[in-house]
Order: sequence, then structure tokens, then C-alpha cells
Amino acid sequence: MKKKFKLEDLDCANCAAKMEEAIKKIGGVNDANVSFLAQKMTIDAQDDKFDEIMKEVVRVCAKVEPDCRILL
Amino acid sequence: MTKKQQKMLVRIILTFVIFVGLFICEHAGLFERIGSKWILFLIYLIPYLVIGYDIIYKAARNISHGQVFDENFLMMIATFGAFGVQEYSEAVAVMLFYQVGELFQGYAVGKSRQSISDMMDICPEYANIEIDGKLTQVDPDDVEIGSVIVVKPGERIPLDGVVIEGESLVDTAALTGESVPRRASVGEDIISGCVNGSGTLRVRVSKEFDDSTVSKILELVENASSKKAKVENFITRFAKYYTPIVTILAVLLAFLPPLILGGGWGEWIQRACIFLVISCPCALVISVPLGFFGGIGAASKIGVLVKGSNYLEAVAEMTTIVFDKTGTLTKGEFKVQEVCPEGCTKEELMELAALGEAYSNHPIAGSIKEAYGKEPDMSRVGQAEEIAGHGICVPIDGKEVLLGNEKLMEDRKIQYTPVESVGTIVYAACDGRYMGAVVIADSVKEGAKEAIQSMKQVGVKKCVMLTGDRQQAAQAVAGELGIDEVHAQLLPGDKVSKVEELLNARKGKEKLAFVGDGINDAPVLTRADIGIAMGSMGSDAAIEAADVVLMDDDVRKIAAVVRISRKTLQIVKQNIVFALAVKALVLLLGALGLANMWEAVFADVGVSVIAILNAMRALKIQK
Repeated sequence: MKKKFKLEDLDCANCAAKMEEAIKKIGGVNDANVSFLAQKMTIDAQDDKFDEIMKEVVRVCAKVEPDCRILL
Repeated sequence: MTKKQQKMLVRIILTFVIFVGLFICEHAGLFERIGSKWILFLIYLIPYLVIGYDIIYKAARNISHGQVFDENFLMMIATFGAFGVQEYSEAVAVMLFYQVGELFQGYAVGKSRQSISDMMDICPEYANIEIDGKLTQVDPDDVEIGSVIVVKPGERIPLDGVVIEGESLVDTAALTGESVPRRASVGEDIISGCVNGSGTLRVRVSKEFDDSTVSKILELVENASSKKAKVENFITRFAKYYTPIVTILAVLLAFLPPLILGGGWGEWIQRACIFLVISCPCALVISVPLGFFGGIGAASKIGVLVKGSNYLEAVAEMTTIVFDKTGTLTKGEFKVQEVCPEGCTKEELMELAALGEAYSNHPIAGSIKEAYGKEPDMSRVGQAEEIAGHGICVPIDGKEVLLGNEKLMEDRKIQYTPVESVGTIVYAACDGRYMGAVVIADSVKEGAKEAIQSMKQVGVKKCVMLTGDRQQAAQAVAGELGIDEVHAQLLPGDKVSKVEELLNARKGKEKLAFVGDGINDAPVLTRADIGIAMGSMGSDAAIEAADVVLMDDDVRKIAAVVRISRKTLQIVKQNIVFALAVKALVLLLGALGLANMWEAVFADVGVSVIAILNAMRALKIQK
């Protein structure tokens, strides 16, 4: 399943790249894309574990860039 | 400016005022009476904290999260270093300068993002539905297929549909870049995203919002930035190594020379700080994708959707372009071009042909009926028999009429005169007597010749045409347009293998593009380096399979896209070279002790801002 999320206060392009990399490492994530320009994040992950994965995504992103909020 | 940026601006002004005050005091000699360095330190700490508290907070927080090498940390270390060597005013000034740069950078990125999304502002906000005689505005998402919506003058058409009442001129510029408005009248299809002109239209909705043209386009453009160009990937990889390497060099610079050469630690620590400030790769990480985003934006402005930065990059390296003939270079509308009767008048021959094809729904039959212009009298026509690959045999007024190709004539032993014209030839015979032939051919698209010429001008070496048509017809079109290579009489499967042959023939970085209208050429579109499809005439499958979509089917736009892509790539390369050169220079000067902190901050944020401004040029298109 592919889902798109809006991001708030994503201020730095390098952080976006780091977030993307961190999300891709989460188990069950097939693909992820964090667009600094569109301030959007696309996550392609396993259907059955999507909610769990999203929790992990939020946690990982907060670690990389605590100012950035994911609008779920 | 956002709230956050406004707050930052206030902090910057406040710090600037304090800093100027302190600077004057210091130079007027007012601080000389203060004996202790510690008091001076505390005085300068005030403006430093005003401007930099968030940096220090973030640095500390990020370290606790295991994110060490970020900008905040580097700025903190660099300014702490300045404090350490008792350059208090420099520490404040550098932090101030950094924040000004960051603010400006944030503002510039926000602005560019805004101008790109403004251009993509084709999304309709509402749809008007008539309920009990009153117009109600609803979310386009809630409108079902088959319902009737009302589009008032000046409104954006919210959903794809068919006009059932009214007439108007529709501005399609946002979708196709075409400035001449299109007439929309009853019975015509109308696409979402266009702006209605002066008339009110009633439209029967034919697609749900998610499937409508507007949603499809927005989705494509939004996803475009996720397909990264090679340069972009290179920069991402580069950034990963760049920061740690520069940081390690900084540490070495701080400790090794004083240990080996002996002498002042302060001097070397200061030089190391300069390294740290320059170590952020932000200028590259922002400006490269921004340049591509601008290029994709510029292309969509002229009605061409490029589905990813990688495709924009590939278009710049395109040297071979392969066209599908029908629907791409020619109109795909078959028209009667010639009527050659034998032993009868033109009208009689056309009547015979039109009656004979009356029950057929083959495209050829359609063109004959259209050219005949009158409604054929069906009562004269009997049961038709189709002879696959040959034509048809049909009784008219009790006589046996044959309509078909030369094989049919030969099969039935009819004495016929072969016609040497270009196109599809339908021979007609009545009761065993040859009556003449009708030539049906496709006509060349407007601007197709110009398109080929401009393609050559932008450096495309080889233009190839593939077609399922006969050799003669293909040669004629190719000659007219100036095509270099023609492969005719191909079956759909042959097209793939031909393209594969051409793919193997190209050298090095050269790229091959295939242009098709998408009717059964989706596999070829996927196989080519760049698949270019026709947006308005093509099928959904083709648009899906294609990498570049020409919204208004105008092949002339391909050359324009090549120009846009070259310009974009040039800008991106300029940015990379400029950013790296400035950074390398300041690093070198810093190591030699010739650069100060100011230059270092310029090499960081100053370069970013310049690179962003340069990247925005990609959005502009030359007329």
C-alpha cells in the first residue's frame, strides 16, 4: 500500500535525505520518498503492518529532525 | 514570511542592534577598563544567546538522538571555538550571519516552492450541482459519474465530462500551454483543469475526480521529484561522505599541527572551526533537486509533463528519436484522397463504395462514408460477407459488388488497373466488371515537418519512423518530413525489436526516445530510454507507460523540452561546480590561515542562497 503524508516544518534538505534513508531501513517498508520541495512523504509498505510501520516512521523522523511534524 | 521566519527576523534585528552597540563600545575603548576577560565574555554571551539559543538547543538534542554531524552542531562547535580563543565579537557575528543566511535561504526556498505550486494550481476547489433548481457548491470528490454539473463563466472545470447544454470558449493553457482557447459545444468532451470562458456550460460528468485529468496530472507532477536524476543521486551520495571527511580533517587540523610544530593551539582551533562551518553540504542538497523541479515546472508550463528528474536528464542526452507514424506524425484520420473511376463517374463509384461499406464499422469504411457525404440507402444493400485480409463481398440492387485490395481482385479474376498512389487502395468491382479505385490516406500533422527540423537543430542525430503501413506510404511521409530512416510494414511486435536494434546501435551516453500515440505501443514506450506519449489522443495505458507526456499532442514541443532539459542540466552543473569550488577554495585558504569565519559562513549559507537563486532560473522558459 502506498500512502502520502504532508510534512510540516521540514526546514533542511539534508534532513529530508536522512529521514528518507532512515525510513527505508524500517522492516516492511518497500519504498519511501521524502520530498523537501513538495513537503511530502510517500511511503510504500506492507498492508497488514502499515499502522505499526507508521508509528516507527514517526519515531525515526523525530529522531532525525524533531522539528518536523508528520500530518497523519 | 511564515510566523517562524518573522520571529527569527525580530531576533536578528535585536541581536544586530546589541552587537553594533557592543562593537562601538569596544572600539571606543570603553571595555579597556574592564580587567577581567570573563566579564567581557558574559557581555557578549547575551547577544550570542539571543541569536543562537535554538542552535545550541537543537545541537544538544540531536546529539542525544545520535545525530552528530548536523549544521547546528557544527555552528555550535565553530562559535564555541571562537569563544575559546577569545574572539567574542566574531562568535556573535558568525552566528548572526549564519542565521541571516538561513532565514534568507528558507525564504528563497519557500518562494520557489510557492511559484512552482502556483503554476500547478489547476486543482478545482468545488463543483456546482443543481439541486431543486438551486446551484449548490460541492466537493468535486463527491460528484458521481453521470451527474450534471454547471460551470459558470470564469470557473475552472472541476471534472471531465461531456457538454450537454451551452457553448463557450475554454482556456486550456494550464494543461496544454496552448494560448488559443478551444470551442466547446454540445456533445463535445471537456477536460477538468481548463478554465471556462464566457458561456455557461452544463456538463455530464464522465469520470470520478480521482480519475479525472486534473488529478492524474497533479499526481504525476508530485511524483516526479521521487524519480531522481543521476546527478541528484551522486550529490546525495557525495553529501554522505563529504561532511564526515571535512569534520575529520578539521579535527586533524586542530590537533596535529600544534603537536608536531608546537606553538599556539588557538590559531589552529580557529582554522578547524572554519572547516566545520563549511562542512555542511546544504547548498548542493537543496539546489540540485530544486533545479530539476524548476525544469519539470517549466516543461509543464508549455504543456509537457515530464515524469521524473531522471527523464529530464535523459532528454538532454537524446540523440535518436523514433516516431510511430500514425497519430504521431500524421493525424491518424483516414480520408479519401483520390477517386479513380473506370467506366463510370466519380459519383457512381463513391455511391457504390459507400453502399458497399454501409454496414461495416472498419475505419476505412468510415472515411468512405464521410467522403460520400450522404446517408446511403440501406434498403438497396443485402447481407455482406467479409473476406478477412481481402475485403468484402456484398449484394447491391441484386448485383454482386466486391470492395477490397488487389488480392481480392486477383482472387476473383477481375481485370483491374493497379493504382500507384500512396495510401490504402480500395478496388471496386460490380458483377465481375472493374469499376475503379478509391485511395484513402492519412494526412501529415500540422507542424510535423517543423518538429523534425527543430529536433535536428537541437542536436538529435537520427530521426526514425516506424509504421505498420506499406513501404510506399511510409516513404512518401518520410520524404515530406525529412525523416532519416524508415521501417515500414511492421507488426506491433516488430516495433519492439526494431527499437531494441536501435538501442543497441547507440553509443555511450546517447539516449533513445520513442514517440507514440499509445495505441498498442505501450511496450515500446517502456522499452525506450524515454517514452513520449500523446496526452489528449493517447490511451490511459500509454500515459501510464510513458515518461514524458505531450498534453496537446504537439510534436513540436519535444524540441522545446530538449532545450529546457539542457538548460536545467547546465544550471545544476553550474551549481555543483560553483558550490564545490567556493567550498574547496575557502577550505584551502582556511587551512593556510588566510580565511576568516566570515568567509566560511559565506561558503556555507551564502553559496546556498546563490545556488537557489540560480536554480530558480530553470523555471523560466524562453519564448
